[in-house]
Amino acid sequence: MSGLQLNRRDLLRSGAGLMLGFFLPDSRDLLAQQARGQGPIHPNAYIRIASDDSVTLIITKAEMGQGTMTSLSQLLADELDCDWKNVKTEFAPVNPALYGNQGVYGSQSIRTTWFPLRQAGANARAMLLETAAQQWKADKTALRTDAGFVVNPATGAKLSYGSLAEAASKVAVPAAAPLKNPKDFRYIGKSMKRLDTKSKVNGTAKFGLDTRLPGMVYAVIARCPVFGGKVASFDDSKAKAVPGVKKIIQVPSGVAVVAENTWAAMQGRNALLVKYDEGPVAQYSSADIRKMFAEYAEKPGAVAKKAGDADKALASAAKKIEAVYEAPYLSHAPMEPMNCTAVVNSDSCEIWAPTQMQSGGRSTAAQITGLPADSVKLHSTFMGGGFGRRGGTDYISEAVEVAKAMAGTPVKLTWTREDDMQHDLYRPASYVKFAGAVDAQGWPVALTAKVACPSFFGGGRGGAVDSTAVEGIHTLEYTIPNVFVDWRKADPGIPTTFWRAVGYTQNTFFAECFLDELAALGGKDPLEVRRRLLGNSPRLMAVMNKAAESAGWGKAPAGHHQGIAVVNNIGSYTAIVAEVSVTKGAMKLHRVVCAVDCGHIVNPAIIQQQIESGIVYGLSAALKGAITINKGRVEQGNFDRYDVTRINEVPKIDVHIVETDNNPGGIGEASGPAIAPAVANAIFAATGKRLRKMPMKPEDIA
Amino acid sequence: MAITFTLNGGAQTVDVNPQTPLLWVLRDTIGLTGTKFGCGMALCGACTVHLNGNPIRSCSTPVSSVAGKTITTVEGLSADTTHPVQQAWIEEDVPQCGYCQSGQLMAAASLLAKKPQPTDADIDEALRGNICRCGTYTQIRKAIHRAAEIKAAEIKAGKGGRA
Repeated sequence: MSGLQLNRRDLLRSGAGLMLGFFLPDSRDLLAQQARGQGPIHPNAYIRIASDDSVTLIITKAEMGQGTMTSLSQLLADELDCDWKNVKTEFAPVNPALYGNQGVYGSQSIRTTWFPLRQAGANARAMLLETAAQQWKADKTALRTDAGFVVNPATGAKLSYGSLAEAASKVAVPAAAPLKNPKDFRYIGKSMKRLDTKSKVNGTAKFGLDTRLPGMVYAVIARCPVFGGKVASFDDSKAKAVPGVKKIIQVPSGVAVVAENTWAAMQGRNALLVKYDEGPVAQYSSADIRKMFAEYAEKPGAVAKKAGDADKALASAAKKIEAVYEAPYLSHAPMEPMNCTAVVNSDSCEIWAPTQMQSGGRSTAAQITGLPADSVKLHSTFMGGGFGRRGGTDYISEAVEVAKAMAGTPVKLTWTREDDMQHDLYRPASYVKFAGAVDAQGWPVALTAKVACPSFFGGGRGGAVDSTAVEGIHTLEYTIPNVFVDWRKADPGIPTTFWRAVGYTQNTFFAECFLDELAALGGKDPLEVRRRLLGNSPRLMAVMNKAAESAGWGKAPAGHHQGIAVVNNIGSYTAIVAEVSVTKGAMKLHRVVCAVDCGHIVNPAIIQQQIESGIVYGLSAALKGAITINKGRVEQGNFDRYDVTRINEVPKIDVHIVETDNNPGGIGEASGPAIAPAVANAIFAATGKRLRKMPMKPEDIA
Repeated sequence: MAITFTLNGGAQTVDVNPQTPLLWVLRDTIGLTGTKFGCGMALCGACTVHLNGNPIRSCSTPVSSVAGKTITTVEGLSADTTHPVQQAWIEEDVPQCGYCQSGQLMAAASLLAKKPQPTDADIDEALRGNICRCGTYTQIRKAIHRAAEIKAAEIKAGKGGRA
């Protein structure tokens, strides 16, 4: 298989309509093709045109707020040239043969569908044109399309897509119909209204937790509060006596209480007496973990980047500094706690899951039930936030375990907020020891970073570098001649996973603040230093200049102070200027200006939403969030001790989209990393105080 | 124990443990899932409904305490998604993941009932208890101002007066 060949086609009849479908090659082939420059395709497109002209677009990227239902539809609908008013959407089933690996992570949805979904739309359009040409006995190159119709300009004749669909499904699928010139885009690049809004303002949108099935029972699970601990024994006599409790079941992760409603299940769990073997993680509290990281930072690490001779440059430099930066574990805390509904029969399993990992969720269920994967059906629901947490399949495993024990009865497993916060897979804590130097003219000449932290995903085996642990430091595009970055895996056993923007969430804070320290050491303006060092990074330079200019860099109102930070991640380039005041020790964030270059734009309104979203999420981490450990247990359980950004704390946010002619970059994780360092650098400008530890609490600022 | 209250304009009787929070009665017993579970401790606002027109946290309100009273949920804001806050939320495309929005809408509707032309400070004060992890706050502010305009226009046209 090579190039843009779309050489198989599925024709699926459903109801009265006709499915005009395409089978596209496996994603691994596609990625390999992309790497070879042979044309990017991704297998995740289905278009169904019914005789009533409705166009159903099958959305393979689950919706957690990032707007995929709308933006993916724009890609398909634009090249198909259908009428937006006739667009309907469905979430795709899990089907590796059709769609490859299905999941939403790494801000990849648009990046991986930009070509293939447009190609699918263009091919469908070509088939409709071909069909109309046959019916009219006309030259197809003389025909046009217009919002759901094929038009013959010579005769004025028109045929709707719906009237052509059945015949069109029988013509050959073109290898690669020509794509539109971007100047002819009808929907791409426009702020099309989100297709999911109405259902989300009248209570009809179905999230995972809203799943209801006939005969369904409700479960919660008591788990060992210490990570890695196991149930030693339990006494369920009082729990069984709680009205509404139906059954108590031991499962691998703990003891499940099954009841006739969620509340009764929670009451039953409260009455349960469980003894745990806590295991080795119980020896760790936050102070021990910090000590471990600090000790590890002095040990040799795995080398992530080496340029020039940093040690030598440091030894001979005009001025040098050292600094330690730290960040805590973080919980994702999506508004919808983890949950999953499952029913397991002897020959089938069905799951309703708010998950970022459709394929992984299905294979997890297959493994637990012993059923072939084809016998497991996973329904994607809306997700009440994801942020990386829902890439884990632990809650799916649990629901399937309970449902397996309740054979034939649908079970909805609900995690309380406390379950969600105390059994999360956390953003790793981190500790970085920096050294840096400037030359006699004050320009940075050396930077070293010794990183000590756990891996985000269990990586770094056999002395290898887990790049997510150092990204944001070893990826810096500054032309500093002598750089050395290494990593040592320091892991007390707190479970970790990806957290919106991954390593950049901590490392961009560390690196962009330390760069400011170097600027101050050399007596330079932070923007001036970055301009000097970004000569090889025109896209980053452009967004930085845009943000600085829009924010009026150096011209803040009296009493206000500015800080700047930049980041290049997920194929996009982002710069943020934060403007703060500090009055009698109280910091106020007045304004945030963000400029982003994510290449071609699909939906500017959604980009704006995602930029603001990342900033607000990043502000929680910058100023508030910390998961602390006491004897292997998480000390925070709810929003009282793990507070997040509130409406009254959100500054004025100006977003500038710098469109370029590059393939789209990601957007969901673009703005989060740079907000904390921009704020920290502004606080330094205001107070002369360097805050090297997240979160930056009021008592640290005062 | 049978408990009767008015729900979205109709009489509703449930026979449940009287200590059960209203949230779980709405979601599990009655099947109205528009009202969301976020924290269970009145800390996040996702479960906000109206009790006799005032916003309450249904996760921390025993169902026994609403006996004989009037409850409105997001499903009861309007029959056709045309309450001014719903219209404004659609115009501004406020929701991202959408999970917290039922609570935000109920808080906003209640604010507008008391203050037809709220300032940003009024909005901040009324909605600071409603968490949105997607960070739709600036859109929420815009939408509340827009809803105030819509509501004022409706009243002027003689069709106002909704919750």
